[in-house]
Amino acid sequence: MTEFPAGYTEPSHKSTVSKSKVAAIVGIPLAAILFQVYVPRFVATLSYLELPLLVTVYFSLMWRSPVAGVAFGSGIGLAQDSLSPDNPLGMFGIVKTLVGYFAASVSQRVDVENSVVRLVLGFFFFFFHQFFYWVLGRALLGKALDFDPQQTLVLAALNAVVAVPLFRILDKLRLTG
Amino acid sequence: MELFLNRYRNLSVLLVAILAQLVLLAYQVKSNQEVRLIRVWAVSAVTPMARVIEAGRSSLSHFFSDYFVLLDVREENKRMRAELDRINMENQYLRTELSTADRARALSIFQQHSPSKTIAAHIIGNTTGAGAKSVIVDRGTSSGIQRGMAVITPDGIVGKVISVYPMASYVLMITDPAFAAGVISQKNRVHGTIKGQGHSTVIVDYVQNEEKVEPGEWFYTSGDDLIFPKGFPVGEATVVRPGKTHKEIYVTPSGLQNGLEEVLIIVEGIHTMIPDSPPGSQPVHLLSSPPDEGGLPAAAAPAQTGPLSTDADRLVDRYRKIGEAEQHVYGERGKGAPNFNAAPEDYGPRKAPEAKPPEYKQPPNP
Repeated sequence: MTEFPAGYTEPSHKSTVSKSKVAAIVGIPLAAILFQVYVPRFVATLSYLELPLLVTVYFSLMWRSPVAGVAFGSGIGLAQDSLSPDNPLGMFGIVKTLVGYFAASVSQRVDVENSVVRLVLGFFFFFFHQFFYWVLGRALLGKALDFDPQQTLVLAALNAVVAVPLFRILDKLRLTG
Repeated sequence: MELFLNRYRNLSVLLVAILAQLVLLAYQVKSNQEVRLIRVWAVSAVTPMARVIEAGRSSLSHFFSDYFVLLDVREENKRMRAELDRINMENQYLRTELSTADRARALSIFQQHSPSKTIAAHIIGNTTGAGAKSVIVDRGTSSGIQRGMAVITPDGIVGKVISVYPMASYVLMITDPAFAAGVISQKNRVHGTIKGQGHSTVIVDYVQNEEKVEPGEWFYTSGDDLIFPKGFPVGEATVVRPGKTHKEIYVTPSGLQNGLEEVLIIVEGIHTMIPDSPPGSQPVHLLSSPPDEGGLPAAAAPAQTGPLSTDADRLVDRYRKIGEAEQHVYGERGKGAPNFNAAPEDYGPRKAPEAKPPEYKQPPNP
């Protein structure tokens, strides 16, 4: 059994981990948003990849706290709104808040480490995100937004496929442990 | 509240987050009318409630208002009914007065135009005898009324005076069974005696079966009874059929058709001619003729021609005068036609032919 001298503290390692975790929690969503905003300008097909959503789902699932999910979702959503000049503040915020809340709620009941479950959840939340965004746009703003269910289902599948390896990579970073 | 928030902490946080973002959204976005969405939502959220509250307040207000109004309605209704009854009675009274005035006017006109001298009288009562048809009028000896005088209306005979008092008289009606008067039919001049029967029709008796009387024929007084002057209408025959010895002729008295309130009592009767047309045919009002081409006033021509009243009559008269002036005999052969274009005045008065006799030329002696 290892004995520590009196007055020993272990803060140096823990604080390093904590700082890196905070930096990752801030940096990863920011990177996802930047990816969402700038990358499609150069590779148009990647505009269908909803990285901020996948990050929101991941953090909400891993933290298993609805309050945290709400906070994270609303934060990343508002940030996404802020960087999208054609969107009023709150549209993505509301949608991602709901996604964070429901993802965290689901994580309390199912094994979110399972890849199949992650695939299904990624698929479902993408479809929910797109559908609810369309509903909000029509109901609150009166915008005639397009919503093609078949296309949305295909994109949901693509995003779900991307979500599984993405979530594995994020697992390796141990951001939520 | 604290317990509620602890129990539903996650849901509360979600709602707060959503609400905050909704407010944020509504504050930024403007509607098509450039009104902020938050204002639109606020108004949309408030107005239905305001409408409901206002509807409730209005209904409540109307309810109480109607209630208090209803309290007064019964009394007002009673008052209005009384007022309506009063107005109806007043209306009826005025109608009666108007009708009376019309009858009085008609009676007055008839009185002025009738050659017989008459006195107007009001019927003031009926006799009480069973089956008797007589009335009391407000004229008596003080007005010169005597027993046996005829009583008429402009429509026909009514009855005769049977007893006279200083201020009133009894009149036996034409429908009384004791009444009788001499009559003559208008068309075939058949004489008979009219008798009352105690009801609305009278009969003409003593008309032989061989004599000709048609239904619809009018009967007039004949003057044979020395009570009714000749020429007053009695009534129209409604039923005519042969009887055992005499014809059965039922007549509806014309003098009783329009009610009876005022009558005329004949104090000096003058016989008149039986008219050619039944009294039912009313006289037709004709305008005066238009002015002729010579510019003479329309009234002048009828004044010269006397009874001539139509253009055709005047034209015939004009041609006749021209014929006389030219000694032309219409219908005679070999003399040609007279000068119809010449005015009759060109020939002077009618004795112009005597003034200028045609010269007679002795035929040459062979």
